[in-house]
Formats: sequence, C-alpha cells, structure tokens
Amino acid sequence: MNNAITLNSIRFIVLVLVQVLLVNNINFMGYINPYIYILFIILYPINNNRMLFLFLSFLLGLSVDLFLDSGGVHAAASVFIAFTRPLFLKFAFGMTYEHQTVKINTSDIGQRLTYFMLIIVVHHLLLFTLEVFNTSKVLLILKKTLFSSIFTVILCVLITVLFSRKSK
Amino acid sequence: MQQIINFFIRNKTFLLFLLLFSISIFLTIQSHSYHKSKFINSANFLTGGVYESVNNISQYFGLKEENQKLLEENNNLKSLLFNAEGNLEIDSSYGGSYVLTSAQVFKNSYSASNNYLTINKGKKDSIKEDFGVITSKGIVGIIDNTSNNYARVMSILNTNSRVNAQLKKTNHFGTLTWNTNSPEIVQLIDIPKQAPIQAGDTVITGGRSTIFPKGIPIGVVLSYALDDTENYFTIDLKLFNDMTNIGHVHIVENKDAGEIKKLDTRDE
Repeated sequence: MNNAITLNSIRFIVLVLVQVLLVNNINFMGYINPYIYILFIILYPINNNRMLFLFLSFLLGLSVDLFLDSGGVHAAASVFIAFTRPLFLKFAFGMTYEHQTVKINTSDIGQRLTYFMLIIVVHHLLLFTLEVFNTSKVLLILKKTLFSSIFTVILCVLITVLFSRKSK
Repeated sequence: MQQIINFFIRNKTFLLFLLLFSISIFLTIQSHSYHKSKFINSANFLTGGVYESVNNISQYFGLKEENQKLLEENNNLKSLLFNAEGNLEIDSSYGGSYVLTSAQVFKNSYSASNNYLTINKGKKDSIKEDFGVITSKGIVGIIDNTSNNYARVMSILNTNSRVNAQLKKTNHFGTLTWNTNSPEIVQLIDIPKQAPIQAGDTVITGGRSTIFPKGIPIGVVLSYALDDTENYFTIDLKLFNDMTNIGHVHIVENKDAGEIKKLDTRDE
C-alpha cells in the first residue's frame, strides 16, 4: 500500500514537470501538443477512494494550469475524466472490470488502446472547448482535438510500454 | 433532515465532482476576461522558481543567437548615432517620460488562444501592471500580473489583447487583435476605409495608449479587406517579431501614464 502511494506521488510530480517543461514546448506544426500528464488519471489504481482520486485529479489539472497560465481548463477536463473513468473502464474491459480484477499493465493491448483513446479524446475535447471558448470555432476545436489526441495516444502507449515492469 | 443528510452522504462523490468542476469553470471564465485572472497564473514563487532554474540551463543553448541579435541592434543604434551627429539634443518635454528595464523570458506560449509569457522582473524591480513589453524588433505584450520576483505578460497573441496601432505613413488609428489562427499573423481592425493601404505598409504603435510610446514597429500589411459594415478595414499583419522565439525583452514604463489617465477620467 505504501508502495502505491510513493509510486503515485512520484508519478504526479514527474508527469507535471515533464508536461510543462518538456512536452509543452513541442508545438508540432505550430499548435499540436500532447498532454501526457493525464497518464496519472489513466493509470491510477482502480480499487480506490473516489473522493481522493477526484481531488488529486483536480490538483493535477490545477498545477498544470498554474504553469501554463490557462485559467482552469486543465483542472476542469481532468476532474471530468476522473469522474467518468468508471464508464470508460466498463466499456473497455467489460466483465473483468466488474470483478475489480483489471490490471492496466497486463491487460490485452486492444482493450487497453480502446480505454486510452476514449479517455484521451473526451479529455481533449473538453480541454479545447474550454480553451477556445468560442462556439463559432467548432472546426478549430475539432481539429486541435483530433491531432493532439493522436499524438497523446501514441506517446501514452509508448510510455506505458517502456515503463511497464516485466511481470507475467 | 435525516433524508437530506443521507442524500449528501449517498451522493458525496458526485457533489465533490460538481464542486471541483464548477471551481475550474469559474477559473476558466475568469481567465477569458482581461485583468481578472488573479489566482491562477505563473507569476508566483513556485512556478516562477521552477521556470527560472530550468531557464538557467536552457539559456546557454540560445547564446549564439542572442549575441547575433544584440550585434544587430547595436549596429542599428550605431548607425543612428553616426548619422544624427550634432542633432542629438534630447527634448526634455518629450523624451524623459519613458523608462526601460531589461528582462528575460522564462516561459513563452503561442499555441493556445490566450497566450502569456513569464519574465524574471517583478514588484521588486518596480514593475507594475500595464507596462508595455517590447523587443528590439517590435512589441510583445502588456504586463498583466506581478509577484515579487516575476511578472506575467499578456502576449499580443491573446484574444483579450487590445493594443492601439496606426499606419506608419498616415495617422489612421486602429486596434490590434488576434484571431488565434497563426502565431505570425495578427489582425488590425477599425481602420477607416478612407485610409490608403497597400500590402507591405508598415504598422506601428499609436501614441494614443498610455502603455507604449508612439512608433514601435509591429508588422507589415499582408492583406486587407472591408469588414461586414463596409466602413472599416480588417488587415492581416505579419509580425516583425518571431513570437515563437523570444529571449530578452525590454519593459517600457510611461511615467506620465497616471497623469494622463487622471486627465482622461476627469470628465467622465
């Protein structure tokens, strides 16, 4: 248990710092940035205290907002996906989730990809809608969501593959 | 009463979610209106400190380029000096009202729709809100928030930014805005249609704002079209500054700003 707390706190700090200092300077094609900090929310243990999880997600988004001067957009999107995460889990993993036995690191690659993609697309859509904050720019929002999501999914999958411990 | 308490206990996760979500939305809405985003900004000791320590390392990578820029600016200033020999009298009624401070940029963004920069000068260096920020090539933005050691600059690449600008060759005034499409191109609106515009014309800051002195270069006209009312031009400008690559900046303080503002508000 203690191990999980340390792991998650380190992950929290490292992901925020990597996001704001490194990844946010990519600006591929001028505006495409991956948002890998949500890996914290994606990989957070499943049998958790939901109140704490919501609060941590809020804190995560808020710290990214602090660094990026973006008001509260990251906080809003993070809290939203943290709250709706059980739905995505249920959709992607089906029965195994019901029995609370999902281990994201050891799950089937197809299921894992569905889960990642769903959660990332929802997060990015909300993020860019709030960031642009202008209904007449729906196309811009969709364009940003699409390209950034692709980028984020690829990076997140790569990171989880790289850092997964060889269990099995 | 019992039922109300039970209701809260049953739905505590949802209620917490609602609370946190509405806080974030509130902060988001605040950040979309000028001068209201007070709580969440990168000009505080924590984020400023992190950016500073990273910048201490990363600034070495740009040293060559910075040197080149300084050399060019020196060159320009020297050529001004040599060509103006004998005429270098300072007009005390006009020239003395602007004070410049140099600063270094820690953090610069240009891909969001509201972009900000963070610089390493703050209240301790008597930097206040509404000071202008420029580089040797052109304007950058306006100081929008300060802490003791750091300040946040609202970039001209920000949908809330409104800067007074004019054509260099005539005195037609307009407002500089940004439509979020490209970090190289900004829009100049409200130029009357009588103004003689051509592609390639230079646009400079107008003297009407109390923030920037008159005549700081902004960009050149790329294209222009009449707006919906058919009375004003909307002009696309290509910026002189490369907003994606800003290292050192100058902060401009107008010492007369308070006096001018007092005059302006007197009869309102």
